[in-house]
Amino acid sequence: MASVTLEYFALLRDEAGCQSETLRTEASDLAALYDALAHARGFTLPRARLRVAVNARFASWDQPVSEGDHIVFIPPVSGG
Amino acid sequence: MSAFLLTDQPIDTTAFAHALRRDEAGGYCSFEGWVRNHSDGQDVLGLDYQAYRPLAEAEALAVLREAETRFEIIAASAIHRFGSLAIGDMAVWIGVSAAHRDGAFLACRFVIDELKRRVPIWKRERYADGHSEWIACHDTEL
Repeated sequence: MASVTLEYFALLRDEAGCQSETLRTEASDLAALYDALAHARGFTLPRARLRVAVNARFASWDQPVSEGDHIVFIPPVSGG
Repeated sequence: MSAFLLTDQPIDTTAFAHALRRDEAGGYCSFEGWVRNHSDGQDVLGLDYQAYRPLAEAEALAVLREAETRFEIIAASAIHRFGSLAIGDMAVWIGVSAAHRDGAFLACRFVIDELKRRVPIWKRERYADGHSEWIACHDTEL
């Protein structure tokens, strides 16, 4: 069980209905965390279209979730 | 020396462009991205940008450093705005100085392309018919 902070951007922020949230999770890795949240929050973006960052660095989906992580699921970007 | 600025204020390129001027530079190339009034046949009223600041800054600097490594240039810098923008506002600026023009043109193109592809900044288009939509451009195969 780890306590993590999620920060949301773009479509995920709209769908989550909040900018950030702190929650306790039993997800073993980042992929499992997104899948659980997608189900709970009704996120429509498939994980294959996202990237993920932990503590302001890009991470891989199989990275374990650690206590205190700041996690951002990154929707397809569109700067410029 | 590359520099990147993420700002919610109107973009002022003066200081950034000035910092690219060097005695060994033979020229300078810049790109400005503006908010246009149409997209895919729809009338656009404006754009809203969000950015994940710490990663956007790190990734944009990585792009600028890559440009300095890959091309024959002296320096490359960029500015990106976030928040709510109106038609005609400058959303992004890229500047590259080089001894010769080829490097400047190539690096300028590289920086805007990579920035659009991998820096965590998002735009939402606000349309004249009242709806709005987050735009997705990136390559999801990374």
